[in-house]
Amino acid sequence: MENAKKEKSVDTRNFIQKLFKMKTAQEKQAEREANPEYQAIDTSKMVLVIKEGRANAAQLEKAQKVARIVGTVITYAFLLFMSLIVLFPFYWMIITSLKSTTEIRSLHQTFFPTNVLWSNYITVFNSFDFLTYVGNTLVVGIISTIGTLITTIFAAFAFARLNFRGKNVIFAILLATMMIPGEMMVITNYITVARLPWFEFSTGTAVTGWLTYKDSVFASMIVPFWVSVFYIYLLRQNFKQIPNELYLAAKVDGKSDWQYLWKVMVPLAAPTLISIFILKLMGTWNSYVWPQLVTTNNEKWRLVTNALRGSFTTTAGEPQYGIQMAATILVTVPLLLLFIFFRKYIMRGVGRAGIKG
Amino acid sequence: MAEATTPETKEIDNAELHRNALGRNEKGGAPRKKNFFQRLFKGRERVSADAGEKNNWKAWLYLAPSIILLAVFTFYPLINTIVIAFLKDYDYVKQTNAGFTLDNFGTVLGLVGQTSSQVTVYRWQCYSSVVNGTTHWWFNSGSGAISEVYFQTDVIQYALPNTLIITFVTVPISIFISLLISIGLNSIKWFKKILQTIFFVPYVTNAIAVGMVFAVLFDYQGIINFIFHLGSTPWIDQAAPTWRAMIALCIYIIWHSLPFKILIFLSGLQNIDKQYYDAAKIDCAGKWRTMMNVTVPLLSPQILYIMITSFIASFKEYTSVVGLFGSPSTDGGGTKNMYTIVYYIYDQIKGNVGYGGAAAVLLFIVIMIFTAIQFQVSKKRVYY
Repeated sequence: MENAKKEKSVDTRNFIQKLFKMKTAQEKQAEREANPEYQAIDTSKMVLVIKEGRANAAQLEKAQKVARIVGTVITYAFLLFMSLIVLFPFYWMIITSLKSTTEIRSLHQTFFPTNVLWSNYITVFNSFDFLTYVGNTLVVGIISTIGTLITTIFAAFAFARLNFRGKNVIFAILLATMMIPGEMMVITNYITVARLPWFEFSTGTAVTGWLTYKDSVFASMIVPFWVSVFYIYLLRQNFKQIPNELYLAAKVDGKSDWQYLWKVMVPLAAPTLISIFILKLMGTWNSYVWPQLVTTNNEKWRLVTNALRGSFTTTAGEPQYGIQMAATILVTVPLLLLFIFFRKYIMRGVGRAGIKG
Repeated sequence: MAEATTPETKEIDNAELHRNALGRNEKGGAPRKKNFFQRLFKGRERVSADAGEKNNWKAWLYLAPSIILLAVFTFYPLINTIVIAFLKDYDYVKQTNAGFTLDNFGTVLGLVGQTSSQVTVYRWQCYSSVVNGTTHWWFNSGSGAISEVYFQTDVIQYALPNTLIITFVTVPISIFISLLISIGLNSIKWFKKILQTIFFVPYVTNAIAVGMVFAVLFDYQGIINFIFHLGSTPWIDQAAPTWRAMIALCIYIIWHSLPFKILIFLSGLQNIDKQYYDAAKIDCAGKWRTMMNVTVPLLSPQILYIMITSFIASFKEYTSVVGLFGSPSTDGGGTKNMYTIVYYIYDQIKGNVGYGGAAAVLLFIVIMIFTAIQFQVSKKRVYY
């Protein structure tokens, strides 16, 4: 089979060479042998030298080494260049926050502020209720994160450990919801929240007495986010890795499912739970759309991100970049601190998404 | 027994490697894996030792919080939004509507307009004329009265083209760059950890906050113009043309989307067996050939995953526009030339919910079609 293929390809080559009036291999060989110089070569005195192109083995090895070094240098240069691009906005954010408006607006841009100006930060704290917004964000973030953890632990336990009818189908339906764009939900969720009896967006007052308007704004920023299919999936994968033997041992010891969940599974899955906690908290810190929708009437209960955009422009609409950047740093630094301290958990939590596809 | 099976497995691996190295599709090779749905409905797995049926109610109790929340805030909204998309003049405060209609979709797509006297007409019933360079549409009601017709062109003129440009520019470029970076990161020895961390930093930043930083960078008196000697070219404000604003936006989106892709690709690369590279070396494959015929095929599950997620994400681009421009326009609010589909949807929530619903349904359909196409393509190109 292989030989037949080879012969066929040789035939084709010969045919093509004939077609273009080229000499075939046999003809070339015959020509060479007819040459008197060729006949005079004494094959007994020949020495075998391995050559590729014009280089011998030692040169070849050297060339390979050079190529490897050049490759490494190029790789490092590329990575360094890209990491400079990645880091440059952060650098520019920091130095802009320390510049005066005239320096920012000058024709000759400076890569370091000529006189370091801390007053931008003071302006942020004086004119911008930064601490209130941070407080709002923390309240919303922590309550919604705890709620998410509870629902996630329960659901993941049911999917990973218990058997019930329709389990796979329900799990598949949940996974399918991840593909649906959130915008489909936001429209109706806004209507749902706006039409709740204790909640009147148009007037900004609560209808009944036991919940204040503030409570209902906060509730509407928290309750819809008490469940996350992605985290259920993540935790279920983790729960499934816990060996069956532990469960059987717990059963032998007379432990109930409930005790097993909290005494064995949750501690064992602690790294994943920490990942979820931090990612969720960061999600609330960064959330923009939904808080923007439900706090239109009262800006006091906004979250940090909402407050950030659109603030610090002059009455003429010209942005005051120095102060804006100072506020931006105040929003970014907590995230970076979280990242520095929990880098492993964050990267593991995010990276887990891709492994099982 | 174990000794007997080892060489066999190796042989299969080699065959697969060979196929990959030749860049060929598998044909008559190992039996295909069951597809997603076959695996899904294969029946109850033997997961645990308990008796199954008797735990039914208990399992539902554990699931109840999630299921209730999902029912209220995910499944009901999904259906309700589709219904709203088909209702005429839906008012959610008064809970009224004027019956079933397809006009919402027509309006969003600029096919249905309204005359100055609030009569709904279709584009093919109208005729146009150009006055001072702008097109006007007119409708002849038949009784001799001619009235001007207004069409909503925000979606057709701005939102849809912008979204498509963002998708087809940022997704391929960012995948290519992040592949290069992650292959580079995977091949180096020193400073690997610190470079890896640096490349991940943009992921943990606030999209709005960094968008504002990019607004400073791309300011007409900003550093980008200064470095590249562009004078005071407007990029994002001062009524900058859409194409230039688009460049700034795409650069920002790519910058912001790199870290996630690098992380996923890197974890995929670390899982590739070193044997494949040794085999490629024996075959005297160069660096480029090894990358194209070994690395990329073996990374194809991750590439597919990234492609699908980033396609969906860029169809839903919104916060980057808010962060960079603050409003959907480069001139401070006049023409909405930086609209994306999702920006339009959010603007309509407090305007006409029906239009928003229709646009959301259209977005949903487009995303579904793209995902389905990618799954079809992946059947031929992805090696598992």
